[in-house]
Amino acid sequence: MIEPDVPVESVEAFQLRARAWLAENMPRAVDTELSAVDIDIERWQRERRLQRKLYDGGFAGLCFPTAYGGQGLPYTYQQAFDQEAVDYDLPFYIDVPTLGIIGATILEFGTEEQKQRYLPAMLRGEEIWVQMLSEPTGGSDLASVMTRATRQDDVFVVSGSKIWTSGCYAADYGLCVTRTNWDVPKHDGITVLIVKLDQPGVTVERIVGVRGDREFCQEFFNEVRVPVGNVLGDVDAGWTVVRGLLAHERDSMGGSSRYVSSIKMPFRGPRTAAFEHAIAAGSTRDPRVRQLVAEAHVMGLVQQQTSERVARAMEKGQLSPHAGALLRLMGARHGVRRSDIALEIAGVSAASWQPGDSLAGAGQFFIGRQGAELGGGSTEMQRNIISERVLEMPREVAADRGVPFKEVRHNAMPMRRGR
Amino acid sequence: MDVDLTEDQESFRETVGKFLAAEVPLGTVRELAHDTAGFDRACWRRGANLGWTSMLVPKEYGGASLSGEGLLDLVIVAEEMGRLVSPGPLLATNLVASAVAERGTAAQQAALLPSIVSGDRVATWALYEAGRRWQPDELQLEARSKGDGFVIRGEKSPVEAGCEADHYLVTARTGDGLSQFLVPADAQGLSATPMESLDLVRRYAALHFDDVELSAAAVLGEVGGAAADVERQLQVALVLQCAETCGVVDRVFEFTLEYMFDRFSFGRPLASYQALKHRFADMKMWLEASHATATAAARAVQARAEDAAVLVSAAKSYIGDHATRIIQECVQMHGGMGVTWEHDVHLYLRRATSNQVHYGTPSEHRERIAALIGMDEERE
Repeated sequence: MIEPDVPVESVEAFQLRARAWLAENMPRAVDTELSAVDIDIERWQRERRLQRKLYDGGFAGLCFPTAYGGQGLPYTYQQAFDQEAVDYDLPFYIDVPTLGIIGATILEFGTEEQKQRYLPAMLRGEEIWVQMLSEPTGGSDLASVMTRATRQDDVFVVSGSKIWTSGCYAADYGLCVTRTNWDVPKHDGITVLIVKLDQPGVTVERIVGVRGDREFCQEFFNEVRVPVGNVLGDVDAGWTVVRGLLAHERDSMGGSSRYVSSIKMPFRGPRTAAFEHAIAAGSTRDPRVRQLVAEAHVMGLVQQQTSERVARAMEKGQLSPHAGALLRLMGARHGVRRSDIALEIAGVSAASWQPGDSLAGAGQFFIGRQGAELGGGSTEMQRNIISERVLEMPREVAADRGVPFKEVRHNAMPMRRGR
Repeated sequence: MDVDLTEDQESFRETVGKFLAAEVPLGTVRELAHDTAGFDRACWRRGANLGWTSMLVPKEYGGASLSGEGLLDLVIVAEEMGRLVSPGPLLATNLVASAVAERGTAAQQAALLPSIVSGDRVATWALYEAGRRWQPDELQLEARSKGDGFVIRGEKSPVEAGCEADHYLVTARTGDGLSQFLVPADAQGLSATPMESLDLVRRYAALHFDDVELSAAAVLGEVGGAAADVERQLQVALVLQCAETCGVVDRVFEFTLEYMFDRFSFGRPLASYQALKHRFADMKMWLEASHATATAAARAVQARAEDAAVLVSAAKSYIGDHATRIIQECVQMHGGMGVTWEHDVHLYLRRATSNQVHYGTPSEHRERIAALIGMDEERE
């Protein structure tokens, strides 16, 4: 962990300054749970502008070191900012994954040169990143990487495919997990590469989701040439980097990351989405609906309280560094439950509606419900992490442990279907 | 447990834990199940010496807190008591102490607080009425004016430690408002009948008021103006109850997880089965969340924060739902032994279940939240 400089300004003074600055400069947030699911290119441009505003105001990358364009402040300042920022529209899609996951990983594993080159541009909103982890053949088994990187003089030649990268169509760089050694067990032959996306051999295709959204992408690499200076961490030791990255992902998604401003307070009380739905449905007096709205309210509070507790406990070493998985699991379970509640409150309006009906999204929200339990690692994987890494219960048996990767049975690359 | 205990609080926690483990181990709890009072007065006094009746009492009456935030200190005792399903009217006595400390006259404070602090007297709150819910606006028992004083006729039940308490704090209706009275157990016309209870050592009684006459000096706070005091008392009660329940679940989770490593079937420890591991992952999540929401509620009530009422009800509804859910899961993990009298897990389940339904069930608290967040004002 990088020790921040001792700040001159007190947390309280900082918080007041942040409050005034946000009110002056940032747009108010709208609860978008049931509204448009597509982010699309205008939103991405807006994200860049919002990030630039934060940067110019001195509120970008509060816990990133000043040497890389951050503010070099302790976590307490970020937490103070989070409290103020809850009602504002912040560049969430730059926070995660660009800053919270990839920025944090580069900070942890990057060379001085890499940090200088990439972190300030992220903080200025100039370069958006995606993480390229999952592959069509891999599923939850992230280390079974099939994307091949072969060293040729001073470049790696990369061929293969990555999938489930959100917003890749709008991104500038990818952190791509590749296989550089096939003669060793799966974790020992992995290398993480920084890949510029706008270059020959990279094709990005958008995947149409069940809600009609087109945010997820699949990328195809056809002999893409990546300079050896773009290796993050060490060659064949990329799994260490991936583990670090996954920890940052859990922290970012669960709300315990110091590098993220916009996701910590998913709860915009007193009005939860469920409350708004009850108003729209005219059922605020219905005892059944009141139970559900209160339950949603409690979930919001508890998620926030648990995030704070778990982050603090990890910081103090009272909980395993893997405990962020608890928050990921909770976020997913709560997401699912909120979706059920929305459907219940909306009733028939979830299945048939007039254009513009405010409850119309509830059905769509429900159709995509399982996304909450899949994105960022399935809840089954989170439960494995919690039981094995936090509670130290025995690991699952793995047939590929200690076996050279080329001898391990894996899935064939699925055929691409027409869309 | 709060993750940010001070060093003093941490060492106090250890002291209380060791004291309880030595004085009232589970074997003793089982023996006390056959005791009329359900707790030992001498042991209670020794506990009082450790400070568990003085945290909410001002210095001039012998009170003292560790950190200056007495409720947060007392939460530590409640949790440790939960871990060993300890006997003794901790919540009841401290609740009355706190109400008297906050609202009592100097004479009331001098008369009651020193003997509560020393452990010589225990006290309890008579809130519930048979067949009615816990909400103050459902209370029916009336204190009628008579001369300068009042007369109470009717019944309060269940009242925790109703047969054991030396003093009662009685909440009653006076005209349009609520009033509270400090009533000694030996008041003329007052009698207590023991009830049966789910928890093996927590006793309840029905109090019968047969024209009990009370002077104006018995009134705690203002006549007809006790609603806010009652709300405050409920919040304090719920904070202590939630803390105790967290201690209960913590301990059950701990010994059940341990058992998973010790118990083998098909040649493997139970802990190695993914079907069970995943259930423990869920339980760990609920457990951390329970602690988090209990801590947030305790801090809010300690600080008299504006959102204390919502946070307390959120904590109660969440913990009420999840504590017994976790413990029942743990019963399942123990197999047939889990549903025997011999295994200790039922002692914990009894305490958690009793706590789940006292001072409002989870769904009653959800209804309270609905009102608190403004659902009554919304009409479409």
